[in-house]
Amino acid sequence: MIRLKSLTKRYGSFTAVDAIDLDVPRGELFGFLGPNGAGKTTTLRMIAGILRPTGGTVEIGGVDIDKDPMAAKMKLGFIPDRPFIYEKLTGAEFLRFVAGLYDQEGPEVEHRARELLALFDLAEWQDELVESYSHGMRQKLIISSAFVHRAEVIVVDEPMVGLDPKAARILKDLFREYVNRGHTIMMSTHTLEVAETLCDRIAIIQSGRIRACGTMAELRQGAEGGASGLEDIFLKLTGENAARELIEVLNA
Amino acid sequence: MPEAGADALAATGVADPSLFHLLEPKWLTARARLLADERGRGARFAVLAVFGALFWAFVYFLLYRLLNYFRGVEEIGPLLAGKLLGLILIGFFSILVLSNIITALSSFFLARDLDLLVSGPVDWLKLYLAKLLETTVHSSWMVTLLAIPMFAAYGRVYEGGWWFPLVSASVFLPFLIIPAVVGSAVTLLLVNIFPARRTRDILSVIAVLAAGGIVLLFRLVRPERLARPEGFRSLVDFVTVLRTPTSPMLPSEWAARGVMSWLQYRLDYLPFYLLWSSAAAAVVIGALLHRAFYLKGFSKAQESGAHWVRGTALRRFGALVFRPLSVLKRELVLKELRVFFRDTTQWSQLILLGVLVVVYVFNIKYLPLHGDGMTFFLINIVPFLNLVLAGFVLASIAARFIFPAVSLEGRTLWLLRSSPMEVRDLLWAKFWVGTLPLLILALAIVSVTDYLLAVSDFMFAVSVLTITLMTFAVAGLALGFGTMFPQFDTENAAQIPTSFGGLLFMMASVAMIGGVVILEARPVYSYLSASMYHTDPDPVEMWLGFGAAALLCVGCTLVPIRIALTRLSAVER
Repeated sequence: MIRLKSLTKRYGSFTAVDAIDLDVPRGELFGFLGPNGAGKTTTLRMIAGILRPTGGTVEIGGVDIDKDPMAAKMKLGFIPDRPFIYEKLTGAEFLRFVAGLYDQEGPEVEHRARELLALFDLAEWQDELVESYSHGMRQKLIISSAFVHRAEVIVVDEPMVGLDPKAARILKDLFREYVNRGHTIMMSTHTLEVAETLCDRIAIIQSGRIRACGTMAELRQGAEGGASGLEDIFLKLTGENAARELIEVLNA
Repeated sequence: MPEAGADALAATGVADPSLFHLLEPKWLTARARLLADERGRGARFAVLAVFGALFWAFVYFLLYRLLNYFRGVEEIGPLLAGKLLGLILIGFFSILVLSNIITALSSFFLARDLDLLVSGPVDWLKLYLAKLLETTVHSSWMVTLLAIPMFAAYGRVYEGGWWFPLVSASVFLPFLIIPAVVGSAVTLLLVNIFPARRTRDILSVIAVLAAGGIVLLFRLVRPERLARPEGFRSLVDFVTVLRTPTSPMLPSEWAARGVMSWLQYRLDYLPFYLLWSSAAAAVVIGALLHRAFYLKGFSKAQESGAHWVRGTALRRFGALVFRPLSVLKRELVLKELRVFFRDTTQWSQLILLGVLVVVYVFNIKYLPLHGDGMTFFLINIVPFLNLVLAGFVLASIAARFIFPAVSLEGRTLWLLRSSPMEVRDLLWAKFWVGTLPLLILALAIVSVTDYLLAVSDFMFAVSVLTITLMTFAVAGLALGFGTMFPQFDTENAAQIPTSFGGLLFMMASVAMIGGVVILEARPVYSYLSASMYHTDPDPVEMWLGFGAAALLCVGCTLVPIRIALTRLSAVER
């Protein structure tokens, strides 16, 4: 459903994403992990059509996003890491607006919007301007907006940031159920426990390159030195020195 | 809490951050901005420098000529010069108070660095002084830049000597401090009464109403009559009016008296003493108010007032009116309308716009177009030149409302870019939402003024058609330049029109308006000549002139939008 071929992004002489190849089939929840600045957000924003790749291609449901952006984006929902939305729209208006961008309106959209707002405990706030929403509420509204038009593929950057435990649990269940119905989700996260329990497959990216990719069992198998948990595998692949230098830092 | 923090620090003997330290980030930011290696910075600087110099020269020579004329008038010359200075300074003072009220809300209550400063061990007085200085600089720089050529003209004409710049500075500095303290104190009290978000709304409406009121009052009293002594019963009456201080209790009067006393070699220390002692007293009182009310106000500023909006009526209305549009286009237009009318800082400027139009129509009404020396040509040329002025009014409105449209999408561009929406649809939605009200306004201005001027049918038709095409062109240029020079990260929408791109847009608009008028001048002249001498005008000349003007307008509408389309499609955010 999502296919990346030699996907590359350079900013001057700096290579943020270095010739990534990836294939995420329909009905899969795919996790994208990596340290800060590894190239996760850049990759996801290229998939969402916000950034233009320096090289390589992105295909959504077999459609090249560069050649036919409208058809590719019609299948896509994007949830960014920073919840910037129109401050002067109400929650309900924002959902209606997003559905309108996908050429959808009417009772079905209204029904979906109501259900999503109720699911995330936003029903009481639906007629209040977004400017008075907290960070977590904005995040919940943006998540709802990706589901309101029934996207075939959802690309999510750090979905858990700012969510309360209840909303985080709801989101995990929602993601799982959505994927079980044949849709596809690709998400980046720093919460390794979420990735370990929720994702069907995981890729670990560092310095713009994919260091490992596979199911938890495959990652375990591939990791040298008998790392069992995702945290161990992650640290092994992305460098353990940070932990080792802690004492020196605190003694400084 | 700053107070508690400061007391605790004093008790432990640990020094809290100095005032300079608090101001350092601002200074470092300004320096980094100045030294930033951006593309086209040199050109930008050169254009700004040339325009700045031209503006200064214009203000300087205008005042220089006027003051020279006053100097030649015996007895009342210096009185007129003093009165003029008082009038200018009272205008400055009103602007400064208003601008300080608005700026203080941002710097004292909404700025992003406040969480850090208020939670840190920062002494309340230093916080107050740092924020007061920030407010003063932000709200006074423009007035200061205007004051420089003004003082220069006074100093030159009245031979103020080498010490005059120092005298002017010693008058002007306390003149800036007093409104800054007053503005900050008014904001402090308002924030303590209303929540900050509401205060911002209320303040913007109050400020705009006040500014509009000042402009309107100033215009309606027709100050130009002061320059015509024949309107007074006797010279004695006129001199008495000139000698009476306009507002003896205001710093503007003290500043004018101080400057004029130096320039007339009769130095009076009282105005200087009044200015400096009032400024010092104001800072002390302001600091005491800050100590008493700031923390409560700051805490209140974190609360947001409830903003419940049902919006069902607008939705039904939108669904009805915009029915012919597709779902996407309808939602885009409705979104533009909602965002505009729910933002008080945006729609409140419509009040100012109304005032501007009233003043404009008022000026046309009182034009001395009847009497000796008014030829047939002159009477018919005025409505033609009226187009130029109406064009400028439209350009300044477009700079305020259409130019920032794309920049304001900056933070939500991720949504529009990741959805299946053509950039073209977004730009055209913005174009029509901005252009239609502008067109209604343009047609209203031109029709009313043409009616007041009692122009011929031909001139009426030319005016209406030209202003229609010009409106489209101005809107196209505004949208085009706004997209080519976007300010995606700005927090203050009001700053967008004054950016470099805004300046270029105004230049392009002026050039376009000038071009249209020049192209139409020949056929209009030929038509008027023909009707005066009862002959037929040359049809080729008519078609060529009007056709070229129309072509220029269409080009200025479509080309910038086309460039904007390419630019916006390439934006990566």
